[in-house]
Amino acid sequence: MGIRGIIKGLGITFKHLFETYSEDLKQGPDRYKTAEGIQDRLSADTKGIFTVQYPEEKIPVPEAFRYIPFLIYDELEGGERDIRCTSCGICAKVCPPQCIWITRSVNPETGRPIPKPEKFFIDIDICMNCGYCAEYCPFEAIRMDHDYEIAGFDRMNHHIYDMEKLLKPASYYAKTHPVQYAEEETARLEKEAKKAAAQAAKAA
Amino acid sequence: MVNEGLNKPGVDIPEEMQNQVAITTLDRIYNWSRSKSLWPMMFGLACCAIEMMITASSRFDFSRFGMEVMRPSPRQADVMLVSGTVTKKMIPQIVRLYNQMPEPRYVLAMGACASGGGPFKEGYNVVSGVDKFIPVDIYVPGCPPTPQALLHGLITLTKKIETEKLSEAEWYRKDFEEEIPVPILGPDLIDPRNFERIKQVSREQLEAKVLDESISTEDTL
Amino acid sequence: MSDPILVSTIPDFHILYPENVHQDERPGYTGFIVQSPFLLEFAKAIRDDWGYDFLTSVTAVDFFPETFEVVYHLFRSLGGGVLTFKVVLPRENPKIDSLYNIFPGSELQEREVYDMYGIVFVNHPDLRRILLWEGFAGWPLRKDWKEAYFEEESKPFSSRWPNGEAVRSESANPFHANLKYPPGFDPEKWIPDGEDALYMGLKQPENSDGMNTDYMIVNLGPQHPSTHGVFRMAALVDGETVVDLKPVVGYLHRNHEKIGERNTYLQNMPFTDRIDYINAMSNNFGYALAVEKLMGIKPPERAEYIRVIMAELSRIQSHFMVTGFLLNDLGAFFTPALYALKERELILDIFEEVSGSRMMCNYFRFGGLARDLPEGVLKKIHDLAFNRLPRKIDEMDELLTENEIVTARCKGIGILSAERAIALSAVGPILRASGVPYDIRRADPYSIYDRFDFDVIVRYHGDIYDRYLVRIEEMRESARILQQAIKQIPEGPIFEGKSQYQVKVPPGESYGRVEGPRGELGFYVVSNGQPNPVRYHIRAPSFINLTGLQEMCRNEKIADAVAILGSIDIVLGEVDR
Ligand code: SF4
Ligand code: SF4
Ligand code: SF4
Repeated sequence: MGIRGIIKGLGITFKHLFETYSEDLKQGPDRYKTAEGIQDRLSADTKGIFTVQYPEEKIPVPEAFRYIPFLIYDELEGGERDIRCTSCGICAKVCPPQCIWITRSVNPETGRPIPKPEKFFIDIDICMNCGYCAEYCPFEAIRMDHDYEIAGFDRMNHHIYDMEKLLKPASYYAKTHPVQYAEEETARLEKEAKKAAAQAAKAA
Repeated sequence: MVNEGLNKPGVDIPEEMQNQVAITTLDRIYNWSRSKSLWPMMFGLACCAIEMMITASSRFDFSRFGMEVMRPSPRQADVMLVSGTVTKKMIPQIVRLYNQMPEPRYVLAMGACASGGGPFKEGYNVVSGVDKFIPVDIYVPGCPPTPQALLHGLITLTKKIETEKLSEAEWYRKDFEEEIPVPILGPDLIDPRNFERIKQVSREQLEAKVLDESISTEDTL
Repeated sequence: MSDPILVSTIPDFHILYPENVHQDERPGYTGFIVQSPFLLEFAKAIRDDWGYDFLTSVTAVDFFPETFEVVYHLFRSLGGGVLTFKVVLPRENPKIDSLYNIFPGSELQEREVYDMYGIVFVNHPDLRRILLWEGFAGWPLRKDWKEAYFEEESKPFSSRWPNGEAVRSESANPFHANLKYPPGFDPEKWIPDGEDALYMGLKQPENSDGMNTDYMIVNLGPQHPSTHGVFRMAALVDGETVVDLKPVVGYLHRNHEKIGERNTYLQNMPFTDRIDYINAMSNNFGYALAVEKLMGIKPPERAEYIRVIMAELSRIQSHFMVTGFLLNDLGAFFTPALYALKERELILDIFEEVSGSRMMCNYFRFGGLARDLPEGVLKKIHDLAFNRLPRKIDEMDELLTENEIVTARCKGIGILSAERAIALSAVGPILRASGVPYDIRRADPYSIYDRFDFDVIVRYHGDIYDRYLVRIEEMRESARILQQAIKQIPEGPIFEGKSQYQVKVPPGESYGRVEGPRGELGFYVVSNGQPNPVRYHIRAPSFINLTGLQEMCRNEKIADAVAILGSIDIVLGEVDR
């Protein structure tokens, strides 16, 4: 049995080892714990050390990233919260493992339903992070959160998320999903402008 | 620099000695050494196991936390990462593996499946969460949890370990015994701890069925 | 070469055998219905006279309350489309002849049908439950069998909206767990069915040298570092030599098919991600093809290109991973796997950016995709496909291919000849390493694969080494396809109109198949016009490739059995579903 192939292989492992140090020298202290350093290690021509040292360094998550869903509310003046959800039930219908429960609000006087959820639950022990609820919600009311650091010691009391836990402000959404948020805002403004124009035309 | 995990807070060490001396308690040293060398068991169940492998590999590399020694044998492992769907056919083996782990042992339920059944919860061969059988110390939600989420879970687990007290550690007591009875595969999964309940409910069901049938035969008569 | 027309046309069997074979004339259905007593004769005739030598899938459908139908899919190993035929059985006491003697590849699949439906295959050599355990009460895929957490026949469940109140399913069950026993069951009197049947099935050879040797049974798994998950092999060994070996599966049986029949069509898409969880994109692809075929729609051009790009990236990362882990099994613990996983990470980053999740992409929709490529991703894919991946594939090749230990451990081990590979229904790199140039992307092109220039890789020894080489070469070919696709990709929509969450699927059946990294991945979907499929079956390449494991391992050393398993490349989610 020869050893040529083995030596060739060892050469490659040695190259990997060597690159770690040569890259360190080349890039200097910027290689670690800076955003550019992390980007470099994620890019197609990364060389040498590949490790991103969580928790000091974190890989930025892309905008499309999905974890657990959350509900969006718009902040009104005076600190009131305007929940975007109209409890139309589409997300509950489309959810593949059926882990969304919604109780629709009812006007106690007339008995008619009002388009607001009274209760909203998501069992995150069942949720498969598929993103359908966010994708098919017609009111931009539910989106996929980016927060993955949610490990806990108790599930019985915490893993069925109710409305309190699910609600997050629109400003948070704007931060996690800048592109999508901007697109939706422009679409909304356009629509409103159109509506206003139509109304103005009607009035005139 | 004072080692924060090891040093007892509230004790001042002169600056010139900070690199050489640490004043600590037995509890702290005990917990510090354990939490900095958690050895996970190399044990994968489903999709989440792949993310667990990735956490061990180049990019996330949990050997930075003293966890590089993944042991396939339960007898050399400290923490069991239950990474994936727990099925009825597999749970006897999981319980057996858990029983074979030496104390102190920890269980991390990784992903929705191991925590509470996950997307396959309604399936007939799926156990709704591994905590139905073995005690779980920490739950990491997600499907699958990304490697960073798993790392966060592991770091949180070490925090839990750091709060434990040697004097209260039950696994050093004489009368301590935590053998979990191994489930049996019957017409469905049988938990030996639940014999009485199974018997009772089954009897009731039989009676209800007999009653049902007698009513329906009466109807046809 | 054979005449292409001959290969792709399906003979008129109903005219050839007018007594016993009829055309399936229900709207939306294709293929033939064979009378049950004529089955063996028919199977023999199509194999020997008509060249349908490859039995790819055996499954059953429960048309409650009338009949069972056993459905067979075959193709010619020379190429061409799929022939479907069915046998109708009564629901009472269903019995059918086993095709084992004609197509040995049906062995595990017939066991699965027995396990799920209770259909007895007469003359099957080893008819035991496979995914569940002996003694399990009931035949789970029968429509009249209800699981313990049964809520409603089909999703969406009405308890979710408008008056939904979150409850854990446990609280509705009398045992507070996912359990259900026959009424009057007494657990103390239960005698668990041991595994005698399994061990008795391991055959000892006739001793020819006159020496009396004792054999030993070795169980590898379900918790074993080399079995890639919860797989188990029961091996009968003589010293260190494997005399006989049986795979034991089902430890990850997650009831995809039962759940799939309650789901709507769209809801099944994220579940397909979790079948072969290393390779979600191809699973999406196969399922989308099957349903699109039923619906009679096609995605727009740009979507087709993105699909191909994703599927090929997926193939590369999957092959990288297998190669790394094969080396793990050979004892080179972790360095090659680390190098492989590094490249895989870069590809997963693209998946994450495009679809939102690293592994569970859920990216395909019927008639298109979930979203267009975000800005800058095409550039990243370009960098990978033109620069990094080819370089790294070469590096992997250089690192391993000539390594003397690798060649010594792999050459001549676990041999499967071309005839046996076809007979045992092996697919993918295993089939091609045995010298059969069958690749669905060429043999029966789907999507836009007919536009690309690539080679079907074939090797002829059929051993571990050739399987490894096929994978390395296939990665190169995939990179080639990627390069062409990136150059050609047009601008345009990725979806006609707006993606709907309720899709209308006309009644009928369809079998969509793609060439996944592990071979033919097929989805058999039967619709009756309702929002939920009547039958949703996955033809899983990893599972069916295991049929050949016994033959490959016989007379090899027990340490090589581990390497052979590594070279088959199973993913447990797909084996057990
Ligand atoms: S789809 Fe959107 S608006 Fe409708 S109930 Fe769900 S979150 Fe609310
Ligand atoms: S992400 Fe998917 S599984 Fe989770 S709540 Fe939304 S639709 Fe349901
Ligand atoms: S939680 Fe999700 S990813 Fe993890 S094992 Fe379950 S289905 Fe797979």
